[in-house]
Amino acid sequence: MSKYEVVIGLEVHLELGTKTKIFCSCPTTFGDEPNTQVCPVCLGLPGVLPVLNKRALEFAVLTGLALNCEINSYSKFDRKNYFYPDLPKAYQISQFDFPVGKNGYLKIQSNGETRKIGINRVHLEEDAGKLIHSNDGLFSLVDYNRTGVPLVEIVSEPDLRSAEEARVFLEDLKKILLYTGVSDCKMEEGSLRCDANISVRLKGEAELGTKTELKNMNSFKAVQKGLEFEVERQIERLENGHRIVQETLRWDETKGETVTMRSKEEAHDYRYFPDPDLVPMEIGVMMVEKVKKELPELPLEKKERFVSQYCLSDYDAQVLTGTREMAVFFEECVKLFSEPKIVSNWVMGELSMHMNAAGLDFCTIKVTPEDLVEMLEMLKQGKISGKMAKDVLAEMFNSGKKAHQVVKEKGMEQISDQGVLEEIIQEVIKTNPGPVADYKAKKKKALGFLVGQVMKSTGGSANPQMVNEILRDKLKNV
Amino acid sequence: MNLYELKVHEAHDLIKQKKISCEEILLGVLDRIEEVEGIVQGFVTVTRDYALKKARETDKKIALGRKVGPLTGIPFALKDNMCSKDILTTCSSKILEGFKPPYNATVFERLEEQGAVLVGKTNMDEFAMGSSTENSGLFATKNPWDPSRVPGGSSGGSAAVVASDQVPFALGSDTGGSIRQPASYCGVVGMKPTYGRVSRYGLVAFASSLDQIGPLTKDVKDCALVMNAICGSDLKDSTSAPVDVPDFCSFIGKEVKGIRMGIAEEYFSLGIDDAVRNVIGKAIDNLENLGMGKVELSLPHTSYALPAYYLVSPAEASSNLSRYDGIRYGFRHEDSNNLLETYQKTRSRGFGAEVKRRIMLGTYALSSGYYDAYYLKAQKVRTLIKNDFDEAFKNCDVIVTPTAPTVSFKAGENTQDPLQMYLNDVFTIPVSMSGLPAVSIPCGFINGLPVGLQIIGKPFDEGTILQVADAFEQSRSFLNMKPNFGSFVRGGV
Repeated sequence: MSKYEVVIGLEVHLELGTKTKIFCSCPTTFGDEPNTQVCPVCLGLPGVLPVLNKRALEFAVLTGLALNCEINSYSKFDRKNYFYPDLPKAYQISQFDFPVGKNGYLKIQSNGETRKIGINRVHLEEDAGKLIHSNDGLFSLVDYNRTGVPLVEIVSEPDLRSAEEARVFLEDLKKILLYTGVSDCKMEEGSLRCDANISVRLKGEAELGTKTELKNMNSFKAVQKGLEFEVERQIERLENGHRIVQETLRWDETKGETVTMRSKEEAHDYRYFPDPDLVPMEIGVMMVEKVKKELPELPLEKKERFVSQYCLSDYDAQVLTGTREMAVFFEECVKLFSEPKIVSNWVMGELSMHMNAAGLDFCTIKVTPEDLVEMLEMLKQGKISGKMAKDVLAEMFNSGKKAHQVVKEKGMEQISDQGVLEEIIQEVIKTNPGPVADYKAKKKKALGFLVGQVMKSTGGSANPQMVNEILRDKLKNV
Repeated sequence: MNLYELKVHEAHDLIKQKKISCEEILLGVLDRIEEVEGIVQGFVTVTRDYALKKARETDKKIALGRKVGPLTGIPFALKDNMCSKDILTTCSSKILEGFKPPYNATVFERLEEQGAVLVGKTNMDEFAMGSSTENSGLFATKNPWDPSRVPGGSSGGSAAVVASDQVPFALGSDTGGSIRQPASYCGVVGMKPTYGRVSRYGLVAFASSLDQIGPLTKDVKDCALVMNAICGSDLKDSTSAPVDVPDFCSFIGKEVKGIRMGIAEEYFSLGIDDAVRNVIGKAIDNLENLGMGKVELSLPHTSYALPAYYLVSPAEASSNLSRYDGIRYGFRHEDSNNLLETYQKTRSRGFGAEVKRRIMLGTYALSSGYYDAYYLKAQKVRTLIKNDFDEAFKNCDVIVTPTAPTVSFKAGENTQDPLQMYLNDVFTIPVSMSGLPAVSIPCGFINGLPVGLQIIGKPFDEGTILQVADAFEQSRSFLNMKPNFGSFVRGGV
C-alpha cells in the first residue's frame, strides 16, 4: 500500500440544453457554420446589454437540486475580467460569491461502497468562443457561435481519493445530469468538460499538498489516465525529494502525459465585481417549487426502488437505471406485464443487444413497450416458443412490425391444437419402431429423438411442452 | 424669427398646422449648422443626406394622413456614444475609428418611431470621461456664449449645438453630471432621468451602474416632450425599470404652491464661486415667491461622493473598455509583431490620456487585495449617500442646488490638473451615485455666462422636477437670452 493519499477535486463545465443563448436569443445548436449564430449581444459589441434567459436559470436550479444543493434565494452575476481572443467583451459573465446552488453532495458507488462527495457550488455562466489555429501556426480564426451558450459549472469538494473514483464520480454525475435533461452531456462535442485539481499528501496529514490543475480532459478514459499519470508523477517527485510546482497542466492524449500550460506566476487576477448590467436575481420559493416538479427520480433512488419494488437483483436494477429512457421503458412494460424479471431479461438481453448492434437508443427504436409486452404475452400463452420469440423480436426491431403481424406473416404460430398434435405423434410412433422400443427399454435419449421428429415434421412450430406430454401419454399405450 | 430658433413645441405646432414642412425646418437647421458649426464644433458627424431622406419621407407620410406626433419632423442630434445603425459612432475616440454599429440604440429607435429626424452625432469627452469636451479624441467643442470657454462635458457637443440653435434638441448621457453640467455652462435645459428610466441599450458603456441618457432642450416643456418619447422599460435592458411613464407634459403649467424645496447646506460651501452662490440664492427666493416652501437640511456624506465616484466609475469603465482590442472593429495598430503587441499598441495609441488614467485607476481599484479597500468601500459610501437623500426626501419634495460650482471656465484652464477638473461635478455626482433624477435649468448670468440651477427629485418623480422647473422658467422669461453670435460669426474668427 502506498503511504500517500490522493486528493482530487473536479470542476465540471456543462453546456445547458436551452434553445437559445444565456443573454440573447441566438440559437445554441452545435456544429453550424462558424459565426452564423451570433448577434451584437453575444459578440459584445459596444453598447449592447445582456438579458438573462430564464430557462437557463431554471436549468441551473434544477442541476443544483439534483445535486442536493441549497439554492441561494439571492443570487447575482459578476464579471470575471480577462483578455482572451475568444472572449469578445474581455470579461466573462459568471457568478462569484452568490452561486445559484451551494453545499450539495453526490452519492457515488465505487467498489461496492457508497461514498458521499461534496459539491461546493453550482453556478451559471456564459461560454466563450472557439479558436481555430492554422496548421502553420501563423494565424488563428475565431468562431463565436459558442459565445453566450449557457454553462453550469459544478465544483466538487476535494473529496475524491483516486483517479478511478474521479471517473466514477464523473460517470455518475453525467448519469444524473442526463436524467434531469439539462444537457446532452456529450463530451466529444464539449457539452461536458472536466478540469481536475490534484494533490497528494502523506496519509494522516491534515494539510493539503501543493496542487496542480489538469485541464480539458475530453473523455472518461482521459480523466482516469490523466489523473493516474499525474498521481504517479507527483509521488515520484516527492519520493525523489522534489517539490510540486503549482501549475496548470494539459493532458496530452497521444503522448500519454501531462504537459505544462502555465505556472502560478502567470496566474490571472480576474478582478471580479458585480455585473452592473444585470440586476440581482431573487430565486423565489415559487420558482424552486416549480423546478422541483421537473426533478425526476434520480438513478440511485430509482435503482433502490427497482430492487425493492420489483425484486430485481442489484445488478439488473443497476443496468435498467443506466439511462432514464431505459428505466422508463422497463417500467412501462411492467405496468402491462406483471413479471418484472422476465421483462428485465428481455430488455437487458435481446433488446439491448439489437440496440447496441444498430447503434440506437430507447428514443430511436421502433419497438414500444406495448409491442414488447404483446410478444411476451404470446410467449407466455405458448403461442410462440422461446426460440421463435427471439426471431420475432429481431423482426419487430428491424421492421417496426407488431408481434402478431410477424408471427402471422412468417407462419410462426405454434401448433397447440391437441387433435392435430395427436395425429402427428401417432404417425411418428408408427414410423419409428426402433426408438419406441428403446424408450420402452428405459433409454431416456429415445424420447428426445421422438420429440425432435415431431418438431421436424411440423417445421418447429409444435408446442414443445404439449408434444412432450402427448408423446409420453401415447407411448404408455404402445 | 428664424426656423432654426424654433423650440420643439413651436416647430410641432407649425408642422401640425401644415404651415411648414419637415423639410423646411430641416433645411433651416442645416443652414444654421453651416453658419455656426465652424465656430462651435459640436458635431462629429452631420447626417445631412440621411436627414433629408427622413424629412422628405416624413412629409410624404404626413401628406398621406400620418398622425403628427410631438416629435414628428423635429430635427435632433445624438451624443456620439449612442449607436446608430450604419452611421459612425465614435465616442469621440480614435479607438472606435470607422465603427458603424449594425444596430440602433433603443432611444434612437424610439425617436425615429416618432418621426424625429437625426441630423448628426455630437462631440463629447472621449467615452464620456471629462467635464469640458476637451478630452475628445477628435477636437474640442466651444461654448457658444464665449468660444474661448468650454461647453462643459461630457455631453458638451449636445449642449453646445442646442444652445447655438443648430438643433431644437439633443440627447446626452450623464454618468456623474455629464448632461447637467454642460447644460449649466451652455444655458440650456438638461435632464438626467432616474437610473433605469431610459433604456441604456445601444449606449456605449462608460460606467454601467451610473450611465443614463437624457434630453438637452431649449426649454422645460421641450424636455417633457422628449422625456415622453424616450422613457419606459425595454426588454433589451434588464436594468430598465418596469415603472409606468406618466405624461410629463401634464406637469407643465401647473402651480408649485406648497411644494417643499430642500436646501442642503453642503451644496453652498464646497468650493462654490461667490457669484454663483448669489445667483442661486436669488433663484431660491424666486421659487419661494412662487409659493414653494423652504426646508433647510443636511446631506452629511456629500463630500465623500466625489472620491467614491472616482473609484466606482473607473472600475466599471476599466471592465467596459477592455473589449477594445483592435481585432473586430475600430482602430487597429497594424505595425505589431504578435497578438499581445497588437493589443498593447492599439490601446496605447487608440485611447487618450484621461481614458487611460481611468482604466488604470479602475484596474487598480478592482485588483485582488485592493478590492475591499477601494471598490467595496466606495460602494458602501454610495449607500450612505443614497440614505442621506432618502432621509432628506422625507421632509421635502425636491432639493435645489447649484448645478456646478462655477460658470464655464477657459479652455485649457484645467486640462493639466485632472483633480481640479473633477471638482466641476461635485454637485452632480451625489445625485448620480444615488440614481436620482435631476434637471439643470438656466437661472441667471455672470458676466454674460449662464448659471445652472439643479433641481433634484425623488426616484421616478421627474414630473415634480419638471413642474418646478417650468414654473421657474415661466417666472423668469428674461432667461430666453441667446448667445450673441453676431460678433464673431459674421466677422469670421
